Amino acid sequence: METTTEKKYTSKDFTSDQEVRWCPGCDDYVILRTMQKVLPEMGVARENVVFVSGIGCSSRFPYYINTYGIHSIHGRAPGIASGVKLANPNLSVWIATGDGDAMAIGGNHFIHVLRRNIDLNIILFNNEIYGLTKGQFSPTSLIGQKTKSSPYGNTQPPFSPGELALGAQARFFARVGGGSPKEMGQIFTEAHQFKGTSLIEVLQNCVIFNDGCFNHITDKEVKDDKQIYLEHGKPMIFGKNRDKGLVLKGLKLETVTIGENGITQEDLLVHNAKEKDPTLHYMLVRMEYPLAVGVIRSFDDVTLEEREDALTAQVKANSSFTKTDDLFFSGETYEVK
Amino acid sequence: MIANKMKIQPEVLEAVVIRFVGDSGDGMQLTGTQFSDTSAMFGNDIATFPNYPSEIRAPQGSLYGVSGFQVHIGSVEVSTPGDSVDLLVAMNPAALKTNLYALKPGHTLIVDTDSFNKKNLEKAEYTTNPLEDGSLENFRVIEVDMTSLTKEALKDVAGLDNKTISRSKNMFSLGMVYWMYNRSLEHTIDFFNKKFKSKPSLIEANTKVLNAGYYFAETLELIPNSYTISPAKMEAGTYRIIMGNTATAWGFLAAAEKSGLELFLGSYPITPATDILHELVKHKHFGVKAFQAEDEIAGVTSAIGAAFAGDLAITTTSGPGLALKGEAIGLAIMTELPLVIVNVQRGGPSTGLPTKTEQSDLLQAMYGRNGESPVIVIAASTPANCFNFAYEASRIALEHMTPVILLTDGYIANGSAPWKIKTVSEMPNIKNNKITEVKENWHPYDRDEKTLARNWAVPGTPGLEHRIGGLEKDAVTGNISYEPMNHEKMTVIREEKIDRVKFNIPDLETEFASEGDLLVIGWGGTYGSLHSAVKQINEEGYKKIGYAHFNYINPMPKNTEAILSKFKKIVVCELNSGQFASILKIKHSQFEFLQFNKIQGLPFANNDLIQKFKELV
Repeated sequence: METTTEKKYTSKDFTSDQEVRWCPGCDDYVILRTMQKVLPEMGVARENVVFVSGIGCSSRFPYYINTYGIHSIHGRAPGIASGVKLANPNLSVWIATGDGDAMAIGGNHFIHVLRRNIDLNIILFNNEIYGLTKGQFSPTSLIGQKTKSSPYGNTQPPFSPGELALGAQARFFARVGGGSPKEMGQIFTEAHQFKGTSLIEVLQNCVIFNDGCFNHITDKEVKDDKQIYLEHGKPMIFGKNRDKGLVLKGLKLETVTIGENGITQEDLLVHNAKEKDPTLHYMLVRMEYPLAVGVIRSFDDVTLEEREDALTAQVKANSSFTKTDDLFFSGETYEVK
Repeated sequence: MIANKMKIQPEVLEAVVIRFVGDSGDGMQLTGTQFSDTSAMFGNDIATFPNYPSEIRAPQGSLYGVSGFQVHIGSVEVSTPGDSVDLLVAMNPAALKTNLYALKPGHTLIVDTDSFNKKNLEKAEYTTNPLEDGSLENFRVIEVDMTSLTKEALKDVAGLDNKTISRSKNMFSLGMVYWMYNRSLEHTIDFFNKKFKSKPSLIEANTKVLNAGYYFAETLELIPNSYTISPAKMEAGTYRIIMGNTATAWGFLAAAEKSGLELFLGSYPITPATDILHELVKHKHFGVKAFQAEDEIAGVTSAIGAAFAGDLAITTTSGPGLALKGEAIGLAIMTELPLVIVNVQRGGPSTGLPTKTEQSDLLQAMYGRNGESPVIVIAASTPANCFNFAYEASRIALEHMTPVILLTDGYIANGSAPWKIKTVSEMPNIKNNKITEVKENWHPYDRDEKTLARNWAVPGTPGLEHRIGGLEKDAVTGNISYEPMNHEKMTVIREEKIDRVKFNIPDLETEFASEGDLLVIGWGGTYGSLHSAVKQINEEGYKKIGYAHFNYINPMPKNTEAILSKFKKIVVCELNSGQFASILKIKHSQFEFLQFNKIQGLPFANNDLIQKFKELV
């Protein structure tokens, strides 16, 4: 279990002395500043925070935050972070990863870390492109997308991170636009408070290799109509005029307008992020318009550490071994004189 | 008849090699283990080796479903499970066919004649019955209707099904062998009492069959005499029989306790290393965190994470797994974190020979990573000293803040031998480089002047927050640096750090001769074979042949050159095509290194070694 602290911090306490080297205008700056803003408010001592990353633009993240950190190798942050957390469950452990790092080279670790439900937080910087290697298609790039490695258009169908995550039994999944620091901060805090593996997909614009890829849903002018910000216990309502909502029709989600065809707010679905059955969460993550953002799933479940701790306590209670000598001299031994 | 037999004086032997072979369902591992444990408790020195099929449930009676267990017992020092055997117990035709090659001419073969029926002979691809066609005339064959005799012995025991009855026949053979070698049944009967505590009918059945076999041998005129192997001269103390993989696991337990650190294992199942995982997962009572990861890479990376967070971190694997872990080991070298990687070697390349032994991962261990990435390599040489070298690997990793690769192999990992139990208090101290004090101008890559080991500031320590990673580090601040001279400097430091480990390991020793005509060099799991061959040739009068065995490969002991210079000829013997020889040629190029190599997935045979050494002097 993570312990809390009374210590007071400011965002400066979480800023390292390293010069930030992302491209000007990159959404990564928003993610970094948001993290540095909310970390002091989480009630966790700075020495108990660890950021772990793999390889890619996003993976430079740990260098810029003044906590413990390890910038590892491509795709392997979940393994390292799992080891850190299992070694010392008191730590608040965060993974910064990208679409290629998490879902291509690290795909195997990504699904297994979600399945195990260790208390970790994963921030997935999804920009639908490889940035650091300068512009190849990624596992979230769209069909037809022209990149350095797909000059005539990408032919490989993309993953939807949320779909993949729910299929891998993710208990916490949230999505947020890279230009929405307020919602992002709120989600980071909720992820921290959530006991288990939390995955946050940030729709992160790459200004150099995939500029504007999310504009159709994140631009100020269209944002309110193209996104629905989900909050647990609240009706699924959206739109510039807060007059649109979601209902379930048969096996599909459907957008309706309040006041039309006799629809009232009471007819709308109420978001239940804590529901164990992920069926509706799955429909929500698959929905293209409006795109669901906010905490889509937040199902409280037993963590791996809790299971391990309980087993260890049980084994210790039933064992006569307290030190290794007890084991070495147990069972069949014999004397040579 | 019984009285008549009792008069015979047992013949005294120095050592004997016995192999029990049968179908995988015949319980040969249990039979062999019982015989070797009983002999060890009697005071013999022993070495054992199991040989079982890689198929989990091979068809009954098939050639590839044969399971065997070989044990070498002696009143003298025993250092290998033995090459050829003095007694072969074969429970079916397939077992006979696949193992007869190992039986010395003129020596004894015990067979269960009941199993030599048409069906089993066909399965073993015999066109004629070897018990009848004269093909066994060079051996002393003892034909026993073991299945029928077992049934007969159990006819009055209530509540046994046919399967249980036929599965007890291994105890009949064990009883016979116990009589032949003058062994007490007590240990095995105790074992039944414990193992079948809740099933009294099985205790009764197994005890009856064991006794039946014993008395059958006593009364059987076909067995001309029995043998005695006196207790061996061994150092006084408390012993147990231990398998190499168990000893490895226990070495880590001891190192964790001594160093005061928690033990973390990240591992993925792979033959023949998995038993280390099996052993360590049992020990939650010591707080062991054994994590079965999704693959080899997650096995090593989780261990690196645990090392960063302050645990004694290890990962265990075999050849192909080491290849997958290569990049991550490079990360541990770059981040200078303590980590032990165990490679229980098997035949390669690729999937190779998973259940056979080889020493062919040495160069992979030394060089199998990108960039200049020196790593400490040490190798265990006997089943029992896997304990010492697992402990030693942990000690060196922690004291020098760098990964250590521990090489064992399928032969010593699955073999077992007596282990004089070590208490944790007897083991050398283990220092570590953990720091908690916040000093001005502190940097994560500040080093110990003597060892060059960096300090270990673990998460949770206030004031020492820092970031490390796989990118090149500034030699002073530890920040990312692409500066050309800094990279060269750091490359030299990492190399120098490993080199200085030679001041923290024992000197190389020679056995039998410290100077002379020929120096036999070995490393790792071939110790038993080489030691006994050089010993034998010395006893034959070749007094100028010495033997040096390397457990420390990188760095080598600091007196290596001094020892090499004392001999006219040097021969490096390895179960590969010359990997250690090639390292010696690079590091000690002033000497000529002759080679003796074997790449058959098998250990060295004593006669081959003796013949080679005689040729060279």
